Amino acid sequence: MSHQRSAISYRVARATTIVTFLALACLLPATLRAQTIAITGGTVYPVSGPRLSNATVLIRNGRIVAVGTNLTIPSGAVRVDASGKWVTPGLIHANANAGLGVAGLNGLGEGAVRGEVNPSFNPIEAVDPAAFTIPIARTGGITSAILVPGGAFFPGQAPAVDYAGERIEDMLIRRNAAIGLDLSSGSREAGGGSRAGVMARVRRLFDDALEYSRRKADFQRAAMQSLSAPAKELEALLPVLRGEQTIAIAANRRMDIENALRLTREYKLRTVLFGAVEGWQLARQLAAAGIPVALEPLQDIPSFDGLGARLDNVTLLREAGVKVIIAQGDPGGERNLRYAAGNAVRNGLSWDDALAAITAAPAAAFGLADYGTLEPGKVANLVVWSGDPFDFKSAAERVYIRGQLTSLATRETELRDKYRTLPPREP
Amino acid sequence: MRRLYFAGLLAACAPTAAQRPAPAAPAPAPGSPATPVATTQDTLSSDRPQYPSTYRRRPNPPVLIRNATVLTGAGEELPNASVLFRDGKVVAIGTSVAAPTDAQVVDGTGKFVTPGIIDTHSHLGVYAAPGTAAESDGNEATNPVTAEVWAEHSIWPQDPQIPLAIAGGVTVMQVLPGSANLVGGRSATVRLVPARTVQEMKFPGAPYGVKLACGENPKRVYQSRGPSTRMGNMAGYRAAFIQAEQYRSRWDKWLKEKKGDPPARDLRMETLAGVLRGEISVQNHCYRGDEMAQMLDLAKEFGFKIRSFHHAIEAYKVADLLAANGTAASVWSDWGGFKMEAFDQILENAPLVTRAGARAVIHTDSPDGIQRMNQDMAKAYYAGVRAGIPLTRDQAIRWITANPAWVLGIEQLTGTLEAGKQADVVLWSGDPFSVYSKAEKVWNEGWLVFDRLDPKHQYKTDFNIGQTAPGVGR
Repeated sequence: MSHQRSAISYRVARATTIVTFLALACLLPATLRAQTIAITGGTVYPVSGPRLSNATVLIRNGRIVAVGTNLTIPSGAVRVDASGKWVTPGLIHANANAGLGVAGLNGLGEGAVRGEVNPSFNPIEAVDPAAFTIPIARTGGITSAILVPGGAFFPGQAPAVDYAGERIEDMLIRRNAAIGLDLSSGSREAGGGSRAGVMARVRRLFDDALEYSRRKADFQRAAMQSLSAPAKELEALLPVLRGEQTIAIAANRRMDIENALRLTREYKLRTVLFGAVEGWQLARQLAAAGIPVALEPLQDIPSFDGLGARLDNVTLLREAGVKVIIAQGDPGGERNLRYAAGNAVRNGLSWDDALAAITAAPAAAFGLADYGTLEPGKVANLVVWSGDPFDFKSAAERVYIRGQLTSLATRETELRDKYRTLPPREP
Repeated sequence: MRRLYFAGLLAACAPTAAQRPAPAAPAPAPGSPATPVATTQDTLSSDRPQYPSTYRRRPNPPVLIRNATVLTGAGEELPNASVLFRDGKVVAIGTSVAAPTDAQVVDGTGKFVTPGIIDTHSHLGVYAAPGTAAESDGNEATNPVTAEVWAEHSIWPQDPQIPLAIAGGVTVMQVLPGSANLVGGRSATVRLVPARTVQEMKFPGAPYGVKLACGENPKRVYQSRGPSTRMGNMAGYRAAFIQAEQYRSRWDKWLKEKKGDPPARDLRMETLAGVLRGEISVQNHCYRGDEMAQMLDLAKEFGFKIRSFHHAIEAYKVADLLAANGTAASVWSDWGGFKMEAFDQILENAPLVTRAGARAVIHTDSPDGIQRMNQDMAKAYYAGVRAGIPLTRDQAIRWITANPAWVLGIEQLTGTLEAGKQADVVLWSGDPFSVYSKAEKVWNEGWLVFDRLDPKHQYKTDFNIGQTAPGVGR
C-alpha cells in the first residue's frame, strides 16, 4: 500500500523529561546561569576558520566568549573535558518541522494551512515546545531550525527557532526568517494547470502588492480595481519585494529554476533556492546570481519534477561557487541531517563545505547573524561529538543551546530501556 | 526540493513471504534451451509451467579479489584475504588463494568485500519511477483478500530505480504487493540484473511468498465495506484460510484419486493452499508487537509458519516470541513515527531482536533506502553498541545478507561468502559500516553488473535513455 510517510516531520505528545529538565534549568539562580563553561581539549571546528587541535571554547551568559588553543580559563569556570572529542557549532536544519503539530501522524501536522496564497501565515504558534521530536532532533546535533511551511503555492512565513525552550517565545530566533514560494510541479494547479499560469499568477500577486503599497489610500476608499489577494496577504509580500526578507523558492526542474532566476531578476529578490534537483545544470548561473541553494543531497530518483536527479548535484553546485545548504528529507527524521552531510562528502563535497552547509551557510542565508560558527560573541549553540559527526560510529554527547546543556533523553531511549529485559519490568 | 516543501515521501509498504528452503533448481547452463512447455490438451493448466524463470547466468571469467578485508556473513571478518569465484560460484576464500591463470585479478587493498545485499522488502518495478499513476501497480486494492495476484505481473524491468539499487550493492530483492489488503498477493524474488522481462530476473528456485498486512492500512482502505477494525482484519484472514483448508482438501482428494473432473481452479485459494502446504512463505507487514502475537496464533490455528514480520517497529517488545516461533523481523534502523502503529520505533530494534536470538533483517520498502542498506545496518549496529547491547560486526552484516536470504528461502544458495555459494559479491571502497564507503563493484552470480570506475559496466534502463538535458553531459 502506498502511503504518505512524513520524513522530515514527526513528533508527538509529551516529552516530560525535557520539559522537566528545562524547567529546572530556568529555576537556577542567575549567578549559576552566568557561570563560565570551558570546554577543553577537543578538536574544535569553528567553521569560520581552520580546525584547532586541543582547543578550548569558553561560554558565558549563553554566548561564546573565546575560542583558541592557549586560553586562560577563568577560575571558577566549569570545565568540561572534551579530549578526543570533536566540537562543532550546533547544526541548523533549513527545512525542519519538529514541533509542528503531531507531524507525520496522518492529518496531525500543523505546518500548513488550506488555501494557495497564504504569505501571511506563520506556523510559529503551532509549535509545541514539548514535542517529542525536538529532543530526538537534538540527538542529531541539531540546535536550530528554519520551520518552512509547506503544501501551498505561497505557503507562508518560515520562522527560525532554537530547539530548546519552554515556550515558543523562548525558542524563537527570528519570526520571519523567510517567506515561501513553490514553483515546483506541486504548484501547477495554482496556475490553472500550467507553469506558465503559475508564473503569471506570481507576477500578478507581486505587482498587486506593489500597487497596493503605493495606493493604500485608494484601496481604503475602494477606488482600486479588485486585487488578486486580500490586503493582508499582499502586505505580507512587501518585505520580500523591498529586498528586506529572504524568499525561499522551491524549484526542481531546470526550467523551474530558470523561472526562479527570472523572478529574482525582475523583482530584485533575495532568493534562496530550495530543492534544485536539476540545479547542477544551472550551477554557473546560480553562482553568478549569488543565490544560495538548499537541497537534499540524496535525491537521485528521476521524476517529472527532475529527471536529471543525481547524487553529486551538491558537489557540482559547490564547485561552481554556489553557497550550498544541506537539508534532510530521508526516512529517520531530522536527526539524520549529519548523515546527509556525510553522504554529500561520499559523493564528492569537501568535508569542510559539508559542515558549513549545515551551520554557517543556513545561518547566513536566513539572516541568523549570531549563529553558525564558533566565534566570540556568537550564541553558544555547540555540540561535543564522540568523533566525526558525519559518520555512524559517532554520536552527539553534549548539546549546548544558548549556553545551556540540553537533555538527550528521548521517548526512544526510554522505550529501549523499558524493553531491555523481556517481559519488561513493571513498577 | 521535492520533499523539502512537501515534507513527506511516498513509500509503499507491503510484506510477502517465502518459506520453504528452496529445492533450488540450479540455473541452466548458459546457452541451453528453455524447458519445452507441455501444451497437450489433456494436461491441466495447473500442471503447466507458471511463468517460469528464464534467468540465465552470464558466462564470465573467474575473478580473484586480492588483499581485501572480507566479511563473509558466515561468522568471519578476514583481513588481507582473497576471494575467488568462477562459473558463478565462490571457489575459495582465504589468505593464500592462488590466482588461476585465466582469472581477472582485482586489487582489494584497503577495500572490503561482502556478500551481495538482499532486500526482503521492495516495491521496485511495481511502484516504478518516475512515479506517475500510470505505473502505480503495487496494490490491487479492490478486495481485502487478493491472494490471486502476483507481484511479478506488475514488475516493470525498466524501472530506473533498479540500477540505482544495484549501485548500492543489492543483488537480490523480494518485490511485494502493497499493504492495502489483508492478503495482498504473491511476492517475487528477483535478481537485480538488466533484463527485458521479469522472467529474466526471477531467481530460479526461490519459493513464492505471500503478503499479509496487519493493522492500519487494510482497515483504513476498506473502512466502508470492512474490515474497518483490527478484529475485522483477524476475522478476514481466518475466513480466507478456512476457505483455503476446504480447497486444499478437495484438491488433495482429487490428486490422490484422480476420479471425475478436477475441482475448479481458484487462484486466490491456490495461493493460500500453498501457504497451508508450506510451499509459499508468509511475509507479514505488521508493526505492533501485540498484533505480531495475534498473527503467530493465527499461523498456529492454520498450521503454517510466518517467515518474517515486516516493518516490525515493535519487534523488540516481543523478540522472545519471535525467537521461540522462528520468525524473523524485517525492520528499519530509524524510520518510524509516521503513523500510530509506527510510533514506538527505537534505534536499537535490530540489536535487541538479535540479542534475543531471533533473526533480524534490515529491509527498506524504499527506493531511496535500498541504495544505502549498508548505512541503515551501520546506524542500527552503532546504536546497539552505544547502548551496550552485545553485538558483532558479523551479526550486523547478516542483517542485510544471510538473514534476508533465509527469509526468502534461498539461504542454501546465496547470502554468505562460502565455497559453493553463488558468487553474489560486493567490493566496497572502504568499510561498509562507514558513511563514506561506496559499492565499487557488484557481481551478480559472477556477472559484473556494476563498476563505479567503468561506465561500460553501469547500465541504464530504457527510461533513462535520452533524458539528459540538452547540451549537458552526465
